[in-house]
Amino acid sequence: MAAETVVSNTGRLSAIVPEPGVRKPDPLLVLDQVTRTFGGLIAVRVEHLEVQRGAITALIGPNGAGKTTLFNVVSGFDRADGGRWSFDGQPLTGSPAHRVARRGLVRTFQLTRTLARLTVLENLLLAAPGQRGERALPALLRPLWHGQEREYERQADALLDRFRLGPLRDDHAGTLSGGQRKLLELARALMARPVMLLLDEPMAGVNPALTQSLLGHITQLRDEGLTVCFVEHDMDVVMGISDWVAVMADGRLVAEGPPHTIGRNAAVVDAYLGKRHDEPEATTEKEKEQEKEEE
Amino acid sequence: MLVPALTLVLVAVPAISARAQGEEVPRGPTFGARALQALVDGIQFGVIIAITSVGLSLIFGTIHLINFAHGEFVTIGATFAFFLNASEAGPGWHLIPAAIAAVAFGALLGGAVDRGIWRPLRARGTGLINMFIVTIGLSLLLRHVVLVLYGTRPASYGQYDIQSTIGLGPAGITPRDLTVTLLSVLVLVGIAVLLQKTRIGTAVRAVSANRDLAEASGIDVQRVVLFVWMLAGGLAALGGVFFGLVEIVTWDMGFKLLLLMFAGIILGGLGSAYGAMVGSLVIGIVAQMSTLWFPVDLQYAWALLVLIVVLLVRPQGILGRAERVG
Amino acid sequence: MDFSVIVSDALRSGIGPIAAIYALAAMGLNLHFGYTGLLNFGQVGFMLVGGYGLAITVSTFDGPMWLGVLGGIACAIVLALLLGLPTLRLRADYLAITTIAAGETLRLFYRSSWAEPVTGGVFGLQRFANDFYALSPIEPGTYGVWLVRFSSRDLWVMIVAWALVLVVGSLLALLIHSPWGRVIRSIREDEVAARSLGKNVYAYKMQSLVLGGVIGAVAGMMQAIQVQSVNPDNYDPAVTFFLYTLLVLGGAGRILGPVVGSILFWLVLSFLDSALRQAIDAGYISPDLISTSEVGAVRFALVGVALILLVAFRPQGVLGSRKEMVLSGR
Repeated sequence: MAAETVVSNTGRLSAIVPEPGVRKPDPLLVLDQVTRTFGGLIAVRVEHLEVQRGAITALIGPNGAGKTTLFNVVSGFDRADGGRWSFDGQPLTGSPAHRVARRGLVRTFQLTRTLARLTVLENLLLAAPGQRGERALPALLRPLWHGQEREYERQADALLDRFRLGPLRDDHAGTLSGGQRKLLELARALMARPVMLLLDEPMAGVNPALTQSLLGHITQLRDEGLTVCFVEHDMDVVMGISDWVAVMADGRLVAEGPPHTIGRNAAVVDAYLGKRHDEPEATTEKEKEQEKEEE
Repeated sequence: MLVPALTLVLVAVPAISARAQGEEVPRGPTFGARALQALVDGIQFGVIIAITSVGLSLIFGTIHLINFAHGEFVTIGATFAFFLNASEAGPGWHLIPAAIAAVAFGALLGGAVDRGIWRPLRARGTGLINMFIVTIGLSLLLRHVVLVLYGTRPASYGQYDIQSTIGLGPAGITPRDLTVTLLSVLVLVGIAVLLQKTRIGTAVRAVSANRDLAEASGIDVQRVVLFVWMLAGGLAALGGVFFGLVEIVTWDMGFKLLLLMFAGIILGGLGSAYGAMVGSLVIGIVAQMSTLWFPVDLQYAWALLVLIVVLLVRPQGILGRAERVG
Repeated sequence: MDFSVIVSDALRSGIGPIAAIYALAAMGLNLHFGYTGLLNFGQVGFMLVGGYGLAITVSTFDGPMWLGVLGGIACAIVLALLLGLPTLRLRADYLAITTIAAGETLRLFYRSSWAEPVTGGVFGLQRFANDFYALSPIEPGTYGVWLVRFSSRDLWVMIVAWALVLVVGSLLALLIHSPWGRVIRSIREDEVAARSLGKNVYAYKMQSLVLGGVIGAVAGMMQAIQVQSVNPDNYDPAVTFFLYTLLVLGGAGRILGPVVGSILFWLVLSFLDSALRQAIDAGYISPDLISTSEVGAVRFALVGVALILLVAFRPQGVLGSRKEMVLSGR
């Protein structure tokens, strides 16, 4: 059933007009007039954005465009100065991070945040939702949560195998390589049973082989019915896997459309491609500021 | 800059106090008069706290370390000056050279602590949280070394001990306290000038704002950090001498002041030198004014109340940048 | 010099009531610092409200002892909430500053003339634990083996205090190895990650602060009971620093860390103390250098040195693993 919906959902995307703020046939996340300013500097001002259910949406734009800030606002790690947003038809505006995650909107981070002195397995188990043993009093009574824990361990092991982390199950997560951490973070996010994944530059700092593997995982997840939205500044990565691309520049949504149309979009070329090719690795002050903000 | 000013004021003091003895202004019994007196005392107390806390705040600004041993730097300054000035075993210097020597000693101590403890620890990769714990170890060590060397008996310096007040309207202040207050203000202005106008001051501000960027633009961060430690040590020692002068010298005076310094720098905004000054002044005034309504032995307690209220309403402090601190 | 006295002092101290009480207080701190990563520099404040809660209920208001125990625990809960409310959403350093300041302010408050009718001011309160000693099943006298002897009173306190250590340690072990403990440890590692996975970090930190604070308060009650007296000046901030020293010594983030740490800490401290005194009495150390009255201060200074050296060279303590400490990035 899921696969059918997906096909129709991604298929239906090609029928709509590629313009910023366009309505989608089956939106899961809807943003309205979301703004965030840092000391008078406008980091984000998105008038309207809908993210289609069951599709891979790429949020692209040059560094400092406000992509990560927008992610932070929606995922509850930053406060918006104004605006409304809803998830799966229910308002989500201003929800703190942990509530956002419990609603099924789970994010990852550009710089991986593995829990170094927990084992790989514990990293996954932590993410499991609705654990009875997470309340202080029932925690003392092992029989109350032991069965659930076993079940989650089984699920975690399956995920670890899927991401080829099985042999590292009992190692401290802090001993993992950068690439393994990326995979662990993705597996951990899945353990939280997300409806939608927000991935912040999942391919940043990853070698080409692993990039391919990550891309494969992401497509597969979409095919299983998951909605994925990811931030990326590298256009090439985006073209291959996304069903839809939204482009931000200077805090605004400047273009939207299927990947093949984006490269031809004048607004994108103006705001993004030209600059991008002139200064490939430039990181603006604003972006640094934002990264600090996350800490 | 300081030395001539200090000498000038202290030379002028006997003349003023002689005049004051003749026409001593009785303290007004009215609430207004008592309030004014408390305000004067509060400002005096506040500027002394400010001198000690600026260094604490600068250290936090540059290396993000909270130096829980900062109170001991204050005590060491005060007791070192006492040793040179009034101790039986000491050389019996006049307080002014003794104070100058104490400031120099404090600066050396600050520098020694940076070179001898913090730099090796940074090189070993010791994390910040563990560094906090090292500072409490250092605090224990220094405080009890002072206790062994100085003893538990409170004492006053050999000069400027007992003076009559001179009138300030219905309030009064001794020439000694007035001198200390004015000198403190002068020192604070001096620090501001240092931070704004000099090369090293600019470097300190650059490192506080963004360490990596400062390092990338060719600033020798290690040297700046050493300078900050020496400055903080010297200022703490000076604050200690001033506090010992207007109150009394004890082995645990610095630790008691530490609480007020913390309240001051959090009120002003953690890491901001000017915030530390303003915050400390407010804390000094709050502590003294509280005695209008509450017992004297609780005056330090109100400083904490201010601290908690600030954390609740405006955790970044009065002058802190409005960023998320969580 | 009489070595048997030195050894006796050291051993008595290492297993005595004080070691048990400090182990207990450090267990609370271990939950805060070792497991949750909360930098509580005012554990002594929890001990104070615990000890005074008991003493005031019994001494000032003639209440029964069980009510005093409940009162002390209630005070610790209130204190934890008051401290946590403003600071737990902020960076770790804010909690450190607030807790150390709160501990010291409580001491000033309890010793003030204003509070004297209730707290006894600078004189404190005495003789409120008679009911506790009345419960003792041990016949009066002294008990012990070899060089180690305790009075029946101390023995009774010891038994209860070590039993509390056992009970609290077991409860903490159960908690830490549960999903609750997993969340707590994840907060220590990276609270942003924990939040992104749906954990209400603030609520967990608060639970940790309250629970560890209550454990500290219980330790404070045992301490008050042991000397049948509470006095504000016994709740110096240095007590918290001692707790950190023995926690780091034993191994923070280990269930047995505080226990091993406390035993070793008091063993070594008393050994030094006794040896120094004997050396001075015997004339090996000139009284001009260190007099007997200064031994206490020298001891404290040595604790400071030990803490610095421990953190620098063996931050994982006796029980911890070097490998894990490297991962922690502390």
